[in-house]
Amino acid sequence: MTAYLLRRFVSLSLSLVAASLVIFLVMEVVPGDPASFMMGINADPEAVAALRLQMGLDEPLPLRYLGWVAGLLQGDFGVSYTYRVPVSELISERVMISLPLTLYALALSTLIAFPAGIIAAARRNSAADLSVMGATQLGVAIPNFWFAMILVLIFAVNLRWVSAGGFPGWDAGFVPALKALTLPAIALALPQASILARVMRSSLIDTLDEDFMRTARAKGLSRGQALWRHALRNALIPVLTIIGLQFSFLLAGGIIIENVFYLPGLGRLVFQAITQRDLIVVRSVVILLVFAVIVVTFLVDLAYAAADPRLRRHRR
Amino acid sequence: MSALSISNLRLDIHGHPVLHDIDLTLEPGKVLGVVGESGSGKSMTALSVMQLLPRGSNWSGEILVGGVSLSGKDEAALCQMRGRDVGMIFQEPMTALNPVRTIGDQVAETVRVHTGASRREALGVAREMLDRVGLPESRFPLDRYPHDLSGGQRQRVVIAQAIALRPKVLIADEPTTALDVTTQAQILDLLRELVREEDMGLMLITHDLAVVAGMADTIAILRKGEVVESGPTREVFREMRHPYTRALFSASAHVPDRGRKPEPSAVPVLSVSDVVRDYPQPRRNLFVRRPPFRAVDKVGFTISHGENVGLVGESGCGKSTLARAILALDALQGGEIRLGGQLVSSAGEGPHPELRARMQVVFQDPYGSFNPRHRVRRLVTEPFHLIKSPPTGAELDRRIDRALTEVGLSPGDASKYIHEFSGGQRQRIAIARALIIEPALIVLDEAVSALDVSIRAQILDLLAELSDRLDLSYLFISHDLSVVRAITDRVLVMKDGRIVEQGETESVFRNPQHPYTRELVAATPSLEAALAAPAT
Repeated sequence: MTAYLLRRFVSLSLSLVAASLVIFLVMEVVPGDPASFMMGINADPEAVAALRLQMGLDEPLPLRYLGWVAGLLQGDFGVSYTYRVPVSELISERVMISLPLTLYALALSTLIAFPAGIIAAARRNSAADLSVMGATQLGVAIPNFWFAMILVLIFAVNLRWVSAGGFPGWDAGFVPALKALTLPAIALALPQASILARVMRSSLIDTLDEDFMRTARAKGLSRGQALWRHALRNALIPVLTIIGLQFSFLLAGGIIIENVFYLPGLGRLVFQAITQRDLIVVRSVVILLVFAVIVVTFLVDLAYAAADPRLRRHRR
Repeated sequence: MSALSISNLRLDIHGHPVLHDIDLTLEPGKVLGVVGESGSGKSMTALSVMQLLPRGSNWSGEILVGGVSLSGKDEAALCQMRGRDVGMIFQEPMTALNPVRTIGDQVAETVRVHTGASRREALGVAREMLDRVGLPESRFPLDRYPHDLSGGQRQRVVIAQAIALRPKVLIADEPTTALDVTTQAQILDLLRELVREEDMGLMLITHDLAVVAGMADTIAILRKGEVVESGPTREVFREMRHPYTRALFSASAHVPDRGRKPEPSAVPVLSVSDVVRDYPQPRRNLFVRRPPFRAVDKVGFTISHGENVGLVGESGCGKSTLARAILALDALQGGEIRLGGQLVSSAGEGPHPELRARMQVVFQDPYGSFNPRHRVRRLVTEPFHLIKSPPTGAELDRRIDRALTEVGLSPGDASKYIHEFSGGQRQRIAIARALIIEPALIVLDEAVSALDVSIRAQILDLLAELSDRLDLSYLFISHDLSVVRAITDRVLVMKDGRIVEQGETESVFRNPQHPYTRELVAATPSLEAALAAPAT
């Protein structure tokens, strides 16, 4: 078990280093001179020179890379060129919205997908299965921004249960903040839940056809008991993979939903930074997302090992 | 009172009749052998007793377990019956256990589902049962997972689950078909002992007449969903009233006619000398390289023109690794392999795939070794990729016709798809695919192991005839000693990567020298020996 985790940890750390190198090269070296790129074509040469100095572009490349990484390790992401504030502040504000939103959406998606997938698999070809399959087909097909707007129309405009957008901040209290995140979380969760339910269903159906399920039935377990005790854990591995991928996707991929609901999240930050050519913010957000993906991958690996003892085995 | 009595059992699945008027009785402490080829309905009979029939099944008749009728029982009552009154074990031990739960847990589950015993008590029973089936605590603690166990050990766990509550009836559906002969002998011994000591009735389903002859008190022979003959085992085999029984009997003991003895040739078709195949092992420690695993250890032999050589040994002994090396699929770590005098591969020189055109292979699974989307025509001409100027046009058609005719199919079959053929016909197509390129050597890797006895007899005849007529050599790899004995001139016995004994097939089997060969021969169930033994 420890050997397995250690192996995963080493390989993930190496991928983090590799990712940081790629990001550094793409952002700092490929555009030529980052400072003039950021200032645009008509920039004042003196301003460009000042920016070069501020970004430390006069130093040799390896030193710049090491300096950047050393800064990252201490939580120093540099100062945003457009906002004139430390990037770490910008990001932490945004993460306080994006991370809860992601977790919220992921929780909703799992809560919807698991029962739906299990029922559909257990009663294959029944009316319940057909409706789950139909609903998830729709859920995958409908663009989530359109669905978000419908949600706003119904729950904010007509019923007036929640506001149509914006975020009051966590200072306003837990309930109002959560309320503001509810519609976006639903809009984000719906397509993810549809995908997850389908994966759950097909994985469970495959498991139900396994020989050991017949053994379980021959021991006297009812269909339901056999499903809960023997099929579910075996069916979980592909589902965990998808949940891991969805986390990473939701964390950064909420740009459109954040725009629909006027939420100042990470997605909007990186979008604005790109349009304003604020490379310092862009590279910081990108490295943060890579880090998040790697951490999630590690957690998924842990979950694999918990679900399947074959991965924990000591190699002989 | 009978442990199990089945009368007038009829079954249809989606309106298609599967069983017609099956009558069987099984007494406590006795073994009922149910014999038949695939599709005879023997597994469906077992699943009817378990009431685990596939969807769309509709049965009628009377099934009594310990005198209690199954008709009209609801699902809850049936769940109580399964595992408590009737236990079942299956063919494939590698997949019959849940990979993510411990063996103790899985055996204890039978107890917990039926008795409401606490986890501790149930684990106590599980321990007792695992000891009973020969898995002692010292080596098999309750918290082992199935992946740590071999096939035979897993089958013992499955047996422990099935007998945990000492059911009246134990159904074993081909329990040893997937196991090596020595393991098979051990499992059969265990079952025999359980029947005697626990006074259980055992319904033993198998296609192997030799296994039934040695185990069963009474026997029922099934064909197309009907019992064609039944009665005490010796009587049935002695009298063989029904022609199908006779056909089955002769097919099981079938020895194809070999026209002539091959003469040793000056240049052998295949010569294997001092071949070594190593596999790297995963590192346990990042900094220490583990010594490689030696799968084939200095193996040497030759095959002459027209000679059939058998290679026998248990799973994991290196048979398949050796076959891959001969087929030039893997590089060697020592020794050399020559085909008709030309170097196929040696330790220094990588494999020469161009020589593959002169050797072909036929695998075990007649279902998995064809692309279902190609027509037979394309499937059998695949080996032509191996030669520089493959035949075209009329010549190609002629070669396809000839290959198909030679294996007993018609030229018209070339335009069909593979799903239109039965298992035996598919194996014929696999042989046609090997023949079409006119190889000197065909490697037959368990090529008849998945076939029913009557089909197997036909394929063996075909192989023998082709070898005689076309002067073909075979390397016949199998775990089934009776088949190897029937078709080969010489045999190699392999254990732990080495050839421990080789010689003329008959003399090796009749007078085995190496202890391992003796063990193998002794473990192989023999029809004649079982019937010749004095009645017990």
